[in-house]
Amino acid sequence: MARIELDKISKRYGNIATVHGIDLTIEDGEFVVLVGPSGCGKSTTLRMIAGLEAISGGTLRIGGEVVNNHEPKHRNIAMVFQNYAIYPHLTVAQNIGFGLYTSKLSKAEKQARIGETAKMLGLEPYLERRPAALSGGQRQRVAIGRAMVRDPVAFLFDEPLSNLDAQLRGQMRLEIKQLHQRLRSTIVFVTHDQVEAMSLADRIVVMREGRILQVGAPMELYNRPVDIFTARFIGTPEMNMIDATVTNAGFDAGPNNPALRLTSLPARTDAGRAVVLGIRPQELTLLTDGQDDFPIRIEGKVRVAEPQGPETFVLVDLPTGHIVARAPAAAILRPGDSVAFGAHPDSLRIFDKASERLVA
Amino acid sequence: MVDQPAQPARRHSNIRPGRIVAWTVLFLGGVVMMTPLLFMFSTSLKSAGQVYDLKLIPTDPSFANYIKVLSDGRFSRWFLNSVGIATIVTLSCLFFDSLVAYTLAKFRFPGRQVVFLAILSTLMIPTEMLVIPWYLMASKLGWVDTYWGIMFPGLITAFGVFLMKQFFETVPDDFLEAARIDGLNEFAIWWKVALPLVTPALSALAIFTFLGNWTAFFWPLIVTTDSALYTLPVGLSSFAVEQSIQWELIMTGASLATIPTLMIFLFFQRYIVRGVMLAGVKG
Ligand SMILES: Nc1ncnc2c1ncn2[C@@H]1O[C@H](COP(=O)(O)OP(=O)(O)O)[C@@H](O)[C@H]1O
Ligand SMILES: [Mg+2]
Repeated sequence: MARIELDKISKRYGNIATVHGIDLTIEDGEFVVLVGPSGCGKSTTLRMIAGLEAISGGTLRIGGEVVNNHEPKHRNIAMVFQNYAIYPHLTVAQNIGFGLYTSKLSKAEKQARIGETAKMLGLEPYLERRPAALSGGQRQRVAIGRAMVRDPVAFLFDEPLSNLDAQLRGQMRLEIKQLHQRLRSTIVFVTHDQVEAMSLADRIVVMREGRILQVGAPMELYNRPVDIFTARFIGTPEMNMIDATVTNAGFDAGPNNPALRLTSLPARTDAGRAVVLGIRPQELTLLTDGQDDFPIRIEGKVRVAEPQGPETFVLVDLPTGHIVARAPAAAILRPGDSVAFGAHPDSLRIFDKASERLVA
Repeated sequence: MVDQPAQPARRHSNIRPGRIVAWTVLFLGGVVMMTPLLFMFSTSLKSAGQVYDLKLIPTDPSFANYIKVLSDGRFSRWFLNSVGIATIVTLSCLFFDSLVAYTLAKFRFPGRQVVFLAILSTLMIPTEMLVIPWYLMASKLGWVDTYWGIMFPGLITAFGVFLMKQFFETVPDDFLEAARIDGLNEFAIWWKVALPLVTPALSALAIFTFLGNWTAFFWPLIVTTDSALYTLPVGLSSFAVEQSIQWELIMTGASLATIPTLMIFLFFQRYIVRGVMLAGVKG
């Protein structure tokens, strides 16, 4: 087990920089998820930690030791790849045993370790099978077993669930989380799926274009995203974004008025500032006819209603633009219906229009 | 598996004109290729006096020639020479071709493309042109009339490097990186991970190399004068220059020489077809 420190870590391919000086400390035993859109440098960062990619700048420490120039095998980390990277010509036991390649254990001890690991992952019945005879989930477990068997100081996962179907993905997600709770090992997990990030992470690192935008616990990111990108990235459906100008009595959303009432809000001192207002679909309440007890009120026409079971998400057309709102499952919403939603002022997140940063 | 819609057009038109043409061409091609072989076998069953009667079915077939050839110590010596040389050259090609190919396929280093192109370009030089420099080299280094002299030009082949490189490129990098993280050194990654993943290519290369060396004639003929070092094709041809040409004995030797080839084709047909398809070579 060890803490991993990235100090201004950067990566260049020739003249093209793809990771721009990342600072991040991953505590011993912590489950950190790097999340961001495809191509933002998550894998590159992970591979620099693993030693598969040379570090172009900055310092990497694992367990306090600078390891910039250490071979992967001298870093004692384990990695699980997207396509599992388990070998088709070897049995499950041999594949798991690969993780012990450099270990000095006796053959019997190795067998015992492999057995223990297989047991923990429910792979005991398949030890003599080849990967071709396993399901996707089982192959993923073999890959995890191969990583676990060696007792590494940290686990690195690069989108390990993205080849699985939705149901299996949910199941493996739970298993990985339980595994972490049991082993208490340091884990760095890469995904482009914010749901995966939210459900697994102790801390989420949101990345974009080779930079870290925000680091925080899942609920911290959900409740206080520091900028528009993170706000939209975390949470489904996406947070609604409405352009507005600060006024003495609230906000002026321009042509959306009067459909969008944002007046009588707590006074602000920055009147005239161009802002973007963020509000989550879950923070909007469907109003019944004549009900008007929320300071914020948004009116529009239903375009599409998507029942989810416990709730329904409605795409509502405003005079300009649209929003998505959550409605109770029982609500009857047909395309074209006029609807009104209310919200509390503290559910509004105010971002500066120019910098896209949260306005304090 | 996803259900594929049936292919009625194909199923019902087995006897399209196109097929008849194809079959006819294949049949004629087969006849053309088989005739010399049949004559070879037929001649081997004839006595010296019947050789020029040119009958496909010998009037009085006998295995006397076989007994004569097999009891001649030289023949078995040449046979063993050929087996030994073809085996060693094949093993060497499997090892070195795939090692070079792996390096070219999976490592990024300056000049990688140039090296590959240089290797490929040697494919375009015919053996006949290489024989003179080879011979000069062999004679300067004292390799004439040695087994090493026969084998050295074939120990690494551009064709093998090319074939194996194509295959190694299909091996996902993740497989190699996972091994690197598990602590395997680069040689072990090649040996334990990459090679087992390209066994179909290895078998194809082994078959091609073995057969190529089994039938090799020109270079072994030139580099050897000592008949004890002859390979089978060279030895058989020497029957032709001694006294009179004893066609029935040459054909007997040639028939015996095809046995390993036939066995390889029978046992490894699957790999040969796959190898030919993947490498885009003629057999
Ligand atoms: N070998 C390479 N050469 C040049 N650019 C690369 C190389 N590998 C990755 N990149 C670039 O680096 C960026 C980050 O890639 P990556 O870390 O794989 O993204 P992610 O894993 O977040 O999807 C991408 O823009 C990609 O095109
Ligand atoms: Mg990636």
